[in-house]
Amino acid sequence: MKILVCIKQVPDMESRFKLNSEGTWYDEADLAFRMNEYDEYAVEQAVQLKEQLGGEPEITVLSMGPDRVVEALKKALAMGADRAVHVKDDKYYQKDPWQVASVIAGHAAGQGYDVVFTGMQSQDRGSAQVGVTVAELLGFGCATTLVGFAFDAGVITAKRELEGGSKGVVKLKLPAVVTCQLGLNTPRYPTLPNIMKAKKKEILVQAVSELLKEAEVTGTGGMYPPAKRGGGIVIEGEVNDQLDKLMGILKEKTTVLRAA
Amino acid sequence: MKALLIAEYRQGKLLETTYELQAFAGLLGAESAMVLVGSPADLPKFAGKLYLADVAKYGEYNPDLHKKLVLEAVAKENPDYIVFVHSSYGWDLAPRVAAALRIGQVSEVVGLPDGKFEVTCCNAKLRRTVAPKSARTVVTIQAGAFSPQGEPQGAPQVEGIDVADPAGKTEFVGYEAAEQKDVDLTRAEVIVSAGRGVGKKENVQVIAQLAKALGGELGASRPVVDAGWAPHSHQVGTTGQTVSPKLYVACGISGAIQHLAGMKMADFIVAINKDKDAPIGEIADVLIVADVLQFVPAMTARCAR
Ligand SMILES: Cc1cc2nc3c(=O)[nH]c(=O)nc-3n(C[C@H](O)[C@H](O)[C@H](O)COP(=O)(O)OP(=O)(O)OC[C@H]3O[C@@H](n4cnc5c(N)ncnc54)[C@H](O)[C@@H]3O)c2cc1C
Repeated sequence: MKILVCIKQVPDMESRFKLNSEGTWYDEADLAFRMNEYDEYAVEQAVQLKEQLGGEPEITVLSMGPDRVVEALKKALAMGADRAVHVKDDKYYQKDPWQVASVIAGHAAGQGYDVVFTGMQSQDRGSAQVGVTVAELLGFGCATTLVGFAFDAGVITAKRELEGGSKGVVKLKLPAVVTCQLGLNTPRYPTLPNIMKAKKKEILVQAVSELLKEAEVTGTGGMYPPAKRGGGIVIEGEVNDQLDKLMGILKEKTTVLRAA
Repeated sequence: MKALLIAEYRQGKLLETTYELQAFAGLLGAESAMVLVGSPADLPKFAGKLYLADVAKYGEYNPDLHKKLVLEAVAKENPDYIVFVHSSYGWDLAPRVAAALRIGQVSEVVGLPDGKFEVTCCNAKLRRTVAPKSARTVVTIQAGAFSPQGEPQGAPQVEGIDVADPAGKTEFVGYEAAEQKDVDLTRAEVIVSAGRGVGKKENVQVIAQLAKALGGELGASRPVVDAGWAPHSHQVGTTGQTVSPKLYVACGISGAIQHLAGMKMADFIVAINKDKDAPIGEIADVLIVADVLQFVPAMTARCAR
């Protein structure tokens, strides 16, 4: 069995974001990058499947982006992936989801992957399109938003999260793509010996120009911070002063505080 | 301009979000038709053409099959926009339709400023406008972002759609119901919710104590529930509960769109967050810029006095 895991590296969402000079994406300077949260579940599920099958499957982890994404690839290798593909693209943020999916499908075509794991969406762009589109381009079955995964006799049983806490259970034959949701599993921390072992694993570099065959079908107009809702009060300073102000406001504007 | 609206049917019922599609089409100024894989006994109120595939024949959700049905209607209607709700149905099906037609998709539209498709990114810290570049575009709209104006009216002109080969690569097995609830947050007047910012399981108690001091209930964001720090019945948001208390206190919650979807109807919102730029500040009536572990116990002490 051959497994592909697609991961993205994204900024820490608690960062302060500034815009780039064209106003079309965030400025990467001063941001700390990490593996997209949803993709950590994808890597973990792939490694669990490999363990279930006695270590037989080979796991390839792929990431598209500038040189920094090698850090995310190394983390996935330390979590248990066997080899990595870095699709080098400094202008990754100018590619739309259709192009990203076609680059991944371009790599995957002819490689004989049986299962492809992706996150259900990236934390920065959040289109939730790439995994499903890869499946469509490869002609694979696909299930999204997995909060449960089981594999037996060539069939995946997937639990999809639906609204309001209910779930939809589906079965998929291989080859298949599944997109992973928060809570699917508990991603492992790479151990020191595994980090050392990962250093010896292969990272193949491919130029995006070799794989990109499609023109974009959507483009970014502009990017901007959200308009603040009028009337919201921001209270900074020392805790007791903040509390005085807040209690005053709550007494005035709500009926929830017992008259004191 | 023409829009094809993809209505949604689940567990034997037409979903109310169907009317949000109509509201969106109205804002776009588009003439619209609808597609539904559902029951002739439960049709939306809609004054237009409805392409209906009977759920009795096609089943509730089989993505490959529903894709073919939507493509059937697209061929008949020739729309400029194919519109879904960004739901577990929409985000699963929309990219399949877009890929089959090799056209662009704009995901989870939250607004139409100056007629542009506005979406959020970076956990709602930034917004972006997306410009379609294909002649036809698939759009998914954020659930709750486009509320219907007034009572929907009209009876659709129904036209059946069929596909020859109903086989698909995914087999639908069934639904699993949500867990039993040990608390009914929808009735609570005060909800104090713990987010990932509380740091660890033990600290959720600190938040629960404030909830108690205010005579309310403990709520939680999703990562808190996923980590097992609180039961799912306490989760507020898209995949949790939708609440409308008199007071909602969000402690260490960033304000991701899926959380806001569950609590933005609260009468009064207080957020406690160490990050002044946290997107929860956009909808909070009061944002306290502080460490929850310093602020919340102090507030509990004041309220208990
Ligand atoms: C399909 C789908 C459905 C989802 N459904 C839901 C849902 O129903 N409910 C839900 O909540 N989420 C849901 N999510 C997840 C959602 O996107 C966010 O990941 C989640 O809401 C983030 O939770 P959070 O705000 O607690 O954590 P984070 O986004 O990690 O935010 C933590 C916040 O705490 C602050 N903080 C950190 N430390 C401190 C401190 N010491 N003092 C004060 N502040 C601090 C930080 O500044 C940050 O703003 C869903 C996601 C998807 C894709």
